[in-house]
Amino acid sequence: MQNILSLFEYQFFQNALMAAILTSALAALVGTYIVSRKVVFISGGITHASFGGIGIAYFFGLNPFLGAVAFAIASSLGIEWISTHGKIREDSAIAILWSLGMALGIIFVFLTPGYTPNLMSFLFGSILSVGMADIIVLAVVLLFTSLFFVIFSRPIVYTAFDPEFARTRGLPVTLIRNSMAILVAIAIVLSIRVMGIILVLSIFTIPQNTALLFSGKFSGIIKGSVLFGISGSILGLITASIFDIPGSAAIIFVLTLQFLISKGVAIILRKRKKTRKSSATGEEKNSIHEPHIKE
Amino acid sequence: MSQPLVSIKKVTAGYNGTPVLKDVNLDIFPKDFLGVIGPNGGGKTTLSKVLLGILKPFSGEVTFPGERPNIGYLPQISHIDHSFPVTVKDVILSGMATPRTWWKSLAKEHKAKADNLIRKTGLSGLANKPVGELSGGQFQRALLARAIINDPQLLVLDEPDTFVDRSFEGELYSLLEQLNKTMAIFLISHDIGTISSMVKTIACVNGSLHYHPSNVLSAEVLKVYNCPIDLIAHGPVPHRVLKNHG
Repeated sequence: MQNILSLFEYQFFQNALMAAILTSALAALVGTYIVSRKVVFISGGITHASFGGIGIAYFFGLNPFLGAVAFAIASSLGIEWISTHGKIREDSAIAILWSLGMALGIIFVFLTPGYTPNLMSFLFGSILSVGMADIIVLAVVLLFTSLFFVIFSRPIVYTAFDPEFARTRGLPVTLIRNSMAILVAIAIVLSIRVMGIILVLSIFTIPQNTALLFSGKFSGIIKGSVLFGISGSILGLITASIFDIPGSAAIIFVLTLQFLISKGVAIILRKRKKTRKSSATGEEKNSIHEPHIKE
Repeated sequence: MSQPLVSIKKVTAGYNGTPVLKDVNLDIFPKDFLGVIGPNGGGKTTLSKVLLGILKPFSGEVTFPGERPNIGYLPQISHIDHSFPVTVKDVILSGMATPRTWWKSLAKEHKAKADNLIRKTGLSGLANKPVGELSGGQFQRALLARAIINDPQLLVLDEPDTFVDRSFEGELYSLLEQLNKTMAIFLISHDIGTISSMVKTIACVNGSLHYHPSNVLSAEVLKVYNCPIDLIAHGPVPHRVLKNHG
């Protein structure tokens, strides 16, 4: 216990904790949109496409995360456009984008002369190396995203649920959906810092699916995801430090455990409700049928 | 005669450059009850989308001779994600959105209106349930409530008889009859038997549109209109499809 408490004294651990909390909150908001709209696969495509941006930025000596943001936004808007106008098979287009992004990334990283960046940190995240600048950027984006979700909560739900109807009511559907596509792209790229390209989708989907077990409402899923996401990432980070394993992987493990336990709890609750209901109707039946039996 | 609510003139429309509707003309007047029939792929839904302004025609125009009417819309239920995490009440309230107020929070009277419609459509007790817990018929009722909550002058219904549960079918039709006192209705149906008893006029859509200014159809008329659909008369509502033989 003493060891765990002493962890919190280290600056790097405080930073990691802060980053994990902010990232989980951001992913809770954006992930609820992704899961509700059933565009998890699209988000996977955007995530991997952004690696192309990282590679190209490295090659030209630019900030790799700006490169990733540019690639992610372009591919996010591109897929949004394809899904409304497309003559291409959407799932195939995503797979092409997914692998092309990774291919471009690896080509340009290898072409970059001299120092080659640590690929592992991009693929699996490097939460323990998060600096103050990263935290400030995360906090600003989280604040902006939260405001957007609060102010436009109804239009976001309306355009995600039934865009065609929303259009008949005069909502600027394309503007709202494109704004959301940009927010999704930015949130994903910022989370890559903590979780890595390969593992990042977990925090956008697992807490949301845990929350879905207890709520069927968009706002309820956001609240649940904030709760499960933040608690899961803190626990994951502590676990990672105790066993000296990568933080991102430990977070996913804890989030999945949360989901499985919650699923069990949900099943028990449902069964209990059912037996209560059936015993209630059973009693009713008995009272009706009893006279017949006596006869 | 009053001026039409919507006037569709020489409209050709479709998807990806391929026209589905060709050179279609149609006027819809206040308190019309227009039944739209035709084979699958004939362009019924395309026509409704042009009317609603969510599909831009390749050529021709859709005009509103008076003030632009408020149009309610009940889409085909199969086109909507039934498992989306949204409550019945929120779905119904989404019908209150307008071009100028879509970002504003909702007024109390809107919520009261939604509660009233929830009762009217037989969804009492389900207001705060997610739509995923509703049956197909209940989901459709919620979507109908969403279509009429803003008191439209024109109500567009795309095959409302596909999923509606039998217990509500009769109520649905009497509700439509009641609504028709204050609004025009554009009803797409594949079930000619059901609609002919209620509609005042019929449009056959099969690429082109043939307007039939009565609710009685004969096989010969359908042949002339090139509208290959079956004249099957069934359903609990009294109706007349084929002409009475003397």
